[in-house]
Amino acid sequence: MSENNRKAWLYLLPAILFLGVFMVYPLLDVLVYSLEEGYNFASQTYRGVGLFNFSYVLHDPYFMQAVKNTFILVIFTVPVSTGLALLIALGLNSIPRLKDFFQTVFFLPYVTNTLAVGLVFMILFKKTPYSDGFVNLLIEMLGGQPVDFIEGPYWAKMTVMSFYTIWIVLPFKILILTSALASVDQNLYKAAKVDGTSPFRIFRKITLPMISPMIFYLVITGFIGAFKAYSDVVAIFGTNLNAAGMNTIVGYVYDMLYGDSGGYPSYASAAALILFAIVLTITCINLLVSRKKVYHA
Amino acid sequence: MKISLEHLTKKFPNRNRKEGGFVTAVNDFDFVIPDGKLVGLLGPSGCGKSTMLNMICGLEKPTSGRIYFGEDDVTDLPPENRGVGMVFQSYALYPHLTVRQNIMFPLENLKGKDKLTKAEMEEKVLEAARLVQIERLMERRPSEMSGGQQQRVAIARALVKKPKVLLLDEPLSNLDARLRLQTREEIRRIQRETQITTVFVTHDQEEAMSISDMIVVMEAGVLQQIGKPQEVYDDPVNLFVAKFLGTPAINVFEGEIRNGMLCIGDEAVLKTNLREDRRVWTGIRPEGFILQEDGPFSCEMIRMEVMGRDTSVVCRHPLCEAETVRAIVPTESKVDDDAERVRFALKPFKVELFDWDTRKRIRFETEE
Repeated sequence: MSENNRKAWLYLLPAILFLGVFMVYPLLDVLVYSLEEGYNFASQTYRGVGLFNFSYVLHDPYFMQAVKNTFILVIFTVPVSTGLALLIALGLNSIPRLKDFFQTVFFLPYVTNTLAVGLVFMILFKKTPYSDGFVNLLIEMLGGQPVDFIEGPYWAKMTVMSFYTIWIVLPFKILILTSALASVDQNLYKAAKVDGTSPFRIFRKITLPMISPMIFYLVITGFIGAFKAYSDVVAIFGTNLNAAGMNTIVGYVYDMLYGDSGGYPSYASAAALILFAIVLTITCINLLVSRKKVYHA
Repeated sequence: MKISLEHLTKKFPNRNRKEGGFVTAVNDFDFVIPDGKLVGLLGPSGCGKSTMLNMICGLEKPTSGRIYFGEDDVTDLPPENRGVGMVFQSYALYPHLTVRQNIMFPLENLKGKDKLTKAEMEEKVLEAARLVQIERLMERRPSEMSGGQQQRVAIARALVKKPKVLLLDEPLSNLDARLRLQTREEIRRIQRETQITTVFVTHDQEEAMSISDMIVVMEAGVLQQIGKPQEVYDDPVNLFVAKFLGTPAINVFEGEIRNGMLCIGDEAVLKTNLREDRRVWTGIRPEGFILQEDGPFSCEMIRMEVMGRDTSVVCRHPLCEAETVRAIVPTESKVDDDAERVRFALKPFKVELFDWDTRKRIRFETEE
């Protein structure tokens, strides 16, 4: 090894050590766990090697419920939150006064603790002996039947969950999109104006393509973030998610490791790898679509 | 299309809120741009020339005054109803569209009875592209082209709707020196071919002088002088215009009229018909010096600069406003490089006098 090479390795050593210990080794370990059949946590022994863990997880109704919940959450919240953020960003961009004030207001949820926000949502939605929750009061005022959003029907719980997720991811998206909008060359708008372009066409043909890289970034990170949803669900429905029928894939992984029915690192690893495969596939599809739709400077 | 501006004024609210009030960008502009001419709007940075152009275009509304295209009052019309094409300083090409799509963009906006078929659009796009000679680049994106090519695309896009007026904002400032020469010829050619009334903004007097039929000199929002380039150069109305036009710039001295003689310091350099004794700013064009051993005007010699075509004599004079005096003389003339002082005679028609206080031109006749 030449002197230069040795130096290079020396400089890389801290990073390699760090990544090796905290990233590469756990990843490999997950893979190993997922393939060890009948692993016993106490004796640290296993019967054999194979794909049984994957089969078990895929046949577990709790896991399938978690996958269903996660997918609904992803498919609903990512487009809605991104679209809503774009609308709000466009609105913010077009008001001359109080822009900073509203920007701050919209950013507040981002700096608020997840569990604190969960508490607020409890007040909004949860039925207690004293009150039906704020939203139910509204529904009753409008002449509707109160709904139990926390322990009631599936769709009601899903609505609360989606609402919560959208609300919590909105600030970051608004922030990114307002800065993306502000960075569009104003001369393009002037040129379009001289040519008598309609506002809608300006938006579709100029604004949208110019900020498309940022939208794409938000969609990808949005998908990944939503697939990893867990703490938000706990904040609203508590830790016994399987009983509530509101578990997510990450929640399932956690339960398999540490939950009441826990102690199964092999099942947890298999579930984690399945999640990884799903996210990877979706991200690849996103990338393929973006190649056609996204403008890169 | 003739463009008439009547008492055009534009005020912007002062950015600094504490000071309040308004900044006047364009002050009471009043002139007529004749049909089919190429007009250069010339002035130093921040003098309001871009604001002026934006008002003609319709991007800015004047605070007061009217704008007429021909006989039509267009002051309150939006840009698309005025029939103007505009080329921006940064070109403002849509970076995600190809050249073809960029040029077609204005045509696709047409609605109602003006709506064109796809084939008609293609034809017009090709016609515009041919005019600026970019028909081979139609499928490129702006980022895949040089500055000069982007400029051409921007011009083609501005011309594709056959506007009555073409406006160019600093069209050459983003190009390198060689391309600049080429492009300004190009703009001249396109204007000649299309016969569209064209107004372009520049801070570069050479650019304006070289291709304009007419130049409009402005400073701090106020019209200084308007006329054919050579006329304005030869006959400036005030010291600002005299100093702004010409490279190298005019040499300005503190002078005095004494008994009808124009004196710079103790030297009586020119006999005039001015009877009243007064202080004057004396401007002498670099080409107004004649090397003459017994000439009436002397300077301290610094160095010679041989430029090929002609020679610059760089010297110093205590009453000159600038650090150095620059005289341009024919290369044939013999100058003693080592001489401490150099003497000149002056060409009377290259000497311009300006009032000490108002800096307005004082006209005079020489008497031999």
